[in-house]
Amino acid sequence: MITAVRPRPTGFFHDTATIAGRALRAVPKDLSAVVPPVLIAVFFFVVNVATLKGLTEGSISGFDYTAFQMPTAILLGVTGVSRAPAVVLDVQDGYLDRLLLTPVRRLSILVGHMVADVVVAACLTVPILLVGFILGVRFAAGPLGVLVFIVMAAAWSLAFAAFGYAIALKTGNPAAVQSSFLLFFPFLFLTSSYVPREQLTPWLQRVAAWNPVTYILDGLRSLALTGRQGRELATAALAIGIVATLSMAMCFRALAGRVKQA
Amino acid sequence: MTTPPSPSGPGAVAIAASGLSRRFGTTAAVDGLDLSVGRGEIYGFLGPNGVGKSTTVRMFCTLLAPSAGTAMVAGHDVAREPDAVRSRIGAALQEVALDPKQTGTELLRLQGRLYGFTRPEIADRLREIADLVDIGDALDRPIQTYSGGMKRRLDLAAALVYNPDVLFLDEPTTGLDPVSRRRVWEEVRRLNQQLGMTIFLTTQYLEEADTLADRVGIIDAGRLVAEGAPADLKRSVGQDVIIVRLDGDAASAVDAVGRVPGVTTVERRHDELFVSVENGAATIGPVAVALAGTEVALRDLTLRTPTLDDVFLELTGSRIQNGDSRTDESDSPVDATDLTATPTHPTTTRSEKMEAVR
Repeated sequence: MITAVRPRPTGFFHDTATIAGRALRAVPKDLSAVVPPVLIAVFFFVVNVATLKGLTEGSISGFDYTAFQMPTAILLGVTGVSRAPAVVLDVQDGYLDRLLLTPVRRLSILVGHMVADVVVAACLTVPILLVGFILGVRFAAGPLGVLVFIVMAAAWSLAFAAFGYAIALKTGNPAAVQSSFLLFFPFLFLTSSYVPREQLTPWLQRVAAWNPVTYILDGLRSLALTGRQGRELATAALAIGIVATLSMAMCFRALAGRVKQA
Repeated sequence: MTTPPSPSGPGAVAIAASGLSRRFGTTAAVDGLDLSVGRGEIYGFLGPNGVGKSTTVRMFCTLLAPSAGTAMVAGHDVAREPDAVRSRIGAALQEVALDPKQTGTELLRLQGRLYGFTRPEIADRLREIADLVDIGDALDRPIQTYSGGMKRRLDLAAALVYNPDVLFLDEPTTGLDPVSRRRVWEEVRRLNQQLGMTIFLTTQYLEEADTLADRVGIIDAGRLVAEGAPADLKRSVGQDVIIVRLDGDAASAVDAVGRVPGVTTVERRHDELFVSVENGAATIGPVAVALAGTEVALRDLTLRTPTLDDVFLELTGSRIQNGDSRTDESDSPVDATDLTATPTHPTTTRSEKMEAVR
């Protein structure tokens, strides 16, 4: 006996949650995409602190280099972590066509993956934070500051991940998606990753002034070092917003191109 | 169902295309396609690789926009109402469209969720589908461990998460072994008979179209070159032929065979007689009896009936051949013992045949 079942209209949130659920269920099957970034971040966190703590704290009075370095480690861990490679595989395996054959909202296919990315990025910050706590970092902004810290890190992760989605949807090529990693280096290293801006050489100070990650690091550091600082947090949010506006525009344009029945 | 559906009947037409075209740059993959498929019909879309079959399916499934013309599927325009079309169709595309890291169950559950089903509904449906496509215990294994045949069946199952009005199967048995192929055929027949599902099936396998389809459309270079019931199409290219190989006085054999009822012509070529008959299966016995009464020694008696490949050859000058790219007739030596090959005595012109099958 075969039951006569008919499709029912679904909403945007239903579709998005369904796609996000699939993306999250895929994470444990693909741990190689999330574990190495965290291990690398923790490794450099510990090594950098061990290498530079004495030097920096000895030359800057009252400076907490471990707290200063923790946001760098967090950004190192969450930047570039996304399901964009999985989207490429969906294109290559034809599974994207399977999704497109259903009534699912096209936007939900992308947003669902992004929701999963935010959840994953938030989770990835936790072990790095724990290492920070073990190394003696305390948040001046309190528990709420920790929460804001995680949200900002996840938001940055999403803003950066959108570049990967744009390339994934535009090209359907895994090698091209890997190339989005090239953005990682100028964003994360032409800035105050290791020492305060004032300690950078003049040319690097000028470059860092144009790098949005500089302001994101300032915002995150303020939560640990000085408590909630409205100006720093607002500037950090603005920096994330500017990058996200650019990356999301590219990303949604690539989605439209991929699903427009070209 | 052997006649085209009446477009005027309410809800009688499941698929209708008018002047449907799709260009890629300067190449016309589909060029002014007109066709109509009735509800509950199995329509075979037959042609070799690269003639526009998959492009047509992708347009019907809303994955590809037509460059010109219109297409209606399940009563909705594919270009203007794609969401409505998607809620009424299922499709198994030429390449299986699966996520190898999911299990079969995960994939089907996700499909069910996207169609708005509740968890209990999905659970019930999974049990039915597992039975319908005979995939059983494998559902809980990762798809990457499946054989090619199992992936095909799961892909079909994904297209059947709900009961679509129209099911598109784009070369569903390409690459399958003969046993798996026959199982897919059984499933297609069962879906059509049990659920009354309209099935649009593209294939390059002559036997598949012949066996499954109520009507066949033959496509070449993006254009429909013939359409009709397989039997009608085959009849349009000539009669059955009994080929007699013999030793001895062929003249007496010609006279004897020529007197058998149902024989229309007898042609002698060297040590062979080509006996054109109206009904080969019914006439081959009397022909053998007639030959036994002569002084010739019968070496071989073969019945050849026209095939859809002969139809394609007549209409395009090329053969489809079984499962491979089209081949020019000049490059296609015919095995004398092959019952499914060789055009026989064409008695009508190409345009006359087109008229006959339309």
